[in-house]
Amino acid sequence: MYDKGKVLLGLAIFLVLALSVVGYNMTAGDNKKPEPEDAKLKGYTACVKKTDYMKSSHMVLLNQWRDEVIREGKREMVETADGSLMVEKSLQNGCMKCHTSKVKFCDTCHQYASVKPYCWDCHLAPVEPTDGKEAH
Amino acid sequence: MDNTRRKFLKLAGLTAVAGVTVPMLGSKALAADHGGGHAAPAEHGGGHQEEAPTGVRQGLVIDTGKFHDNPGLAEKCQKVCHDYHNVPKFPTSKDEIKWIWTDKFPNVFPDHSHYKKDDRMSSMNILALCNHCDNPPCVRACPTKATFKNKDGVVMMDFHRCIGCRFCMAACPYGARSFNWRSPRGSEDGHPFIENYNPKFPTRMRGVVEKCSLCSWRTKQGKDPLCVEEANKEVEGAMVFGDLNDPNSEISKVLRNRFTIQRKPSLGTKPSIFYII
Repeated sequence: MYDKGKVLLGLAIFLVLALSVVGYNMTAGDNKKPEPEDAKLKGYTACVKKTDYMKSSHMVLLNQWRDEVIREGKREMVETADGSLMVEKSLQNGCMKCHTSKVKFCDTCHQYASVKPYCWDCHLAPVEPTDGKEAH
Repeated sequence: MDNTRRKFLKLAGLTAVAGVTVPMLGSKALAADHGGGHAAPAEHGGGHQEEAPTGVRQGLVIDTGKFHDNPGLAEKCQKVCHDYHNVPKFPTSKDEIKWIWTDKFPNVFPDHSHYKKDDRMSSMNILALCNHCDNPPCVRACPTKATFKNKDGVVMMDFHRCIGCRFCMAACPYGARSFNWRSPRGSEDGHPFIENYNPKFPTRMRGVVEKCSLCSWRTKQGKDPLCVEEANKEVEGAMVFGDLNDPNSEISKVLRNRFTIQRKPSLGTKPSIFYII
């Protein structure tokens, strides 16, 4: 084997560089990006499904609503989980009636999860509340 | 050798006879099972009668005379529709998006004779919109089922699913479909294509086809489509909306009492929009 020393040295440098990233993460402690806070809505007690379901699967529900409304013509309102409110099966006219801020309710979480849904290419986001008082 | 050739020819002859006769016998037996071959031609529309209607089929009657006597009414109908549905106004006519529009008689009814027609007819601006055909060619052309006929007989669009291939536009004989060559949310020379956004309805994006949906979001609540409501606000009976398959609906009564025409009926698309001329 020619140039044994150089090869081994090169390998060693490579390993140190490659593992340094892992090592940094292990030693530098808790440098995880903080999870976005739950956007609690004032004045409302429940959404159409449980919070856990809405967090994980709201996109599934939205697609279901879309197919029911457009394809099957089932446009009747749905009840919130505790029966306190009737909601239209619509992103613009349903969800955003309560969740009035797209920036706080949609974008913070989507940015954290690095997902880029294309809902707002066509659907119109509500005008963001600007009075300083939070809608959430 | 002769013996084997003779045997071979006999066998071949028998096989040929069997090959011709057995399927014939078989098909006769099959036909007998189905109660004779008489039902077949009727099922395939061999007669000239329309098959019995099933389900709901929403349609419109447009009284062109009332629109002619009230200039500006058609434009109001168009404005109400386009404002609500966030229909963009592109400056070049090639890019025009229209759900409901007006045109002259020869253009709306090109297969009717317009030779030596009276002045009233020639000067008429006739409302045109998607015909919500009972036999819609656009639905057959759509490769993604983005456009389809719903349970009310309305030809609907699922904008989410449109890939912008424009086959439906080529298939539609009425020019009722428009393509967003540019983003409807854009602007040119400081003029946005949509002046006032209606927050209750989405816009479309570039590369999507759009058209009238006969206000299915309203009619489900028992209301008339926007254009019908607007027209009847000023002139009662300028437009009538209802179920063509229900013999007791107002629209069926109007159609029984008045002479109406459809656009390009010879194409067999069975339009659900009728015109009193």
